[in-house]
Amino acid sequence: MENETKNIINELEQSDYKYGFVTDIETEIIPKGLSEDIIRMISAKKGEPEWMLERRLKAYRHWLTMKHPTWGHLTIPEIDFQDVIYYAAPKSKPKLNSMDEVDPELKRTFDKLGIPLEEQMALAGVAVDAVMDSVSVKTTFRDVLAEKGIIFCSMSEAIREYPELIQKYLGSVVPYTDNFYAALNAAVFSDGSFCYIPKGVRCPMELSTYFRINAEGTGQFERTLIVADEGAYVSYLEGCTAPRRDENQLHAAVVEIVVERDADVKYSTVQNWYPGDKQGRGGVYNFVTKRGLCREGAHLSWTQVETGSAITWKYPSCVLLGDNSSGEFYSVALTNNFQQADTGTKMIHIGRNTRSRIISKGISAGQSQNAYRGLVRVASGADNARNYSQCDSLLIGDRCGAHTFPVVECSNESAQLEHEATTSKISEDQLFYCNQRGLSTEDAVGLIVNGYAREVIQQLPMEFAVEAQKLLSLSLEGSVG
Amino acid sequence: MLKVENLHASVGDKEILRGINLEVKAGEVHAIMGPNGSGKSTLASVLAGNEKFTVTEGKVEYMGEDLLTLPIEERSRKGLFLGFQYPVEIPGVTMANFMKLAVNEHRKAKGLAPLTAAEYLRLMREKSAIVELDSKLTARSVNEGFSGGEKKKNEIFQMAMLEPKLAILDETDSGLDIDALRIVATGVTRLKREDNATVVITHYQRLLDYIVPDYVHVLYKGRIIYSGDKSLALKLEKEGYDWLINDYKEE
Repeated sequence: MENETKNIINELEQSDYKYGFVTDIETEIIPKGLSEDIIRMISAKKGEPEWMLERRLKAYRHWLTMKHPTWGHLTIPEIDFQDVIYYAAPKSKPKLNSMDEVDPELKRTFDKLGIPLEEQMALAGVAVDAVMDSVSVKTTFRDVLAEKGIIFCSMSEAIREYPELIQKYLGSVVPYTDNFYAALNAAVFSDGSFCYIPKGVRCPMELSTYFRINAEGTGQFERTLIVADEGAYVSYLEGCTAPRRDENQLHAAVVEIVVERDADVKYSTVQNWYPGDKQGRGGVYNFVTKRGLCREGAHLSWTQVETGSAITWKYPSCVLLGDNSSGEFYSVALTNNFQQADTGTKMIHIGRNTRSRIISKGISAGQSQNAYRGLVRVASGADNARNYSQCDSLLIGDRCGAHTFPVVECSNESAQLEHEATTSKISEDQLFYCNQRGLSTEDAVGLIVNGYAREVIQQLPMEFAVEAQKLLSLSLEGSVG
Repeated sequence: MLKVENLHASVGDKEILRGINLEVKAGEVHAIMGPNGSGKSTLASVLAGNEKFTVTEGKVEYMGEDLLTLPIEERSRKGLFLGFQYPVEIPGVTMANFMKLAVNEHRKAKGLAPLTAAEYLRLMREKSAIVELDSKLTARSVNEGFSGGEKKKNEIFQMAMLEPKLAILDETDSGLDIDALRIVATGVTRLKREDNATVVITHYQRLLDYIVPDYVHVLYKGRIIYSGDKSLALKLEKEGYDWLINDYKEE
């Protein structure tokens, strides 16, 4: 019986990364390496105004003074920043009037990924700003959103069309001085999404963006900015699937969210970049800075399901600046084979009566290392701040590692902070029970893991929840034995 | 239906089953009794395929097939059901969802299409009534926070959902109060048909007031040392096992 289990495992381990295909599209790239000239070239290619170039150069000069951070519970091979291509755009007609004009090869790629870009979009009620490599290919539902005064467009377009908003908000939550990768991103970011919800407007549909790395050896430096003005509401979805690559690919995105007074933002991510093969070769380095700023009475909720990337390093955070503001972080981070993750959140309580909630579910399989790192900081003026943190770890097999680094810095005696943590394993008894009812071991593991992650999955919008459930099972294939 | 011949099984170096012989035919109810540690639960586990135990000798034929070569889930899909003595908790997975997967796996094995949501709900309602299982329980996580009685009722509910050919109930009566015992036992009786069979493992004769066995076997030190009809259970209740055990001193 044991041999049979091993056979199943071997068979499952052979199963290839589902999205590991390459799109054959002519790609326009600029030379490898990073210098002021390269940055000028990126800025010029994008037709940016002078002030944007100045910002990029300032960030670049600052980045030159910084050192690569080493505090993560991660083993990161040295990255040669001169060996990276910082800009690649699919060579396509610059302006498209309809879907028919989109490169058929590109359309096929999106179809394989299951991105519903065409009419089914209307039925799904989702507007997609699809990013292929670095340039936005097509944005849908713009007209519907425009009626409500909602702006949802590529970052490049926003820089040209809405310079006042960009100058006011870009870098206001994550300044270029924040960290090594935030500085790098500010210098070389290629494109991304911009979203503005005017005062009192409730965005009538889920907004979503799919990012995708395609050109070989191309770094992906996305920049996302979401601004919810006073009393506004938006639910924003971000999902990733990347084609398989042997070479490591660097992904250093920045997401900034401004949640004005009494506004409400829900940001959901399903991250499935190429994780590397089962020997730990290749895979994406996903080093992301995500942060939101909450004004008085504002609410920000982060939900993430992280199953991909060779290395995941990110802490979607909430700065609870205004009184009565609140933040939430729901996370499932799954690592298998040789994947590494060091992820968690920061909840910074500055205003009075601020509340935060952290639910983190780590799942480690294979020989992977999975760390939760969290900071709850209560400033001296944050009277009656409250935090509840729960970090659970689930181990599958005996060669993986789960680690937690919860940090609390409290400078106000009225704060109420709670922390709970558990570590568990999928037990032989659970598997036997499921098998006895007729479920295969693979289905049983999928079921048990989804049950474990349920609290987080439930936070996702329906279509994402279904995808996320599939992804969890898929990512664990061949991990039991 | 089930034919066990000279079955030996061990956990580690320790031999627990030491030559079991047992034949169960369709329509029959067998009770297996015996003192603690005699191997009753091990027999149930080995038949279901629990990999904690290693079969070292003997064979088991089930519905004309070699049972011991079948994976656990195949045994289940071919109609072998084990009612657990200690049902396992699966946090976050609702009972309804769990059973839906199980029922549809069984249907798939029979070449049937999966049930629609409406059909499934109807089935679930009908079957939970058999064991008077509170329908709210099916919305809760599998066995999580269930009382002892609820867990056992839940096992019989699952049995009702899966309609097994051969049900092995491992001390389903232990830890039940008299009302729960009646409900569980009546449930089992109602599920009995001409073409299925039940093996009941129990310590107490009182369960057999409700589930009337055709045969009663006494298991001791890994062997069936005595078989009889229902009256054997009554005698055991009155006189204990000593008279049998004394006859069967260690060779």
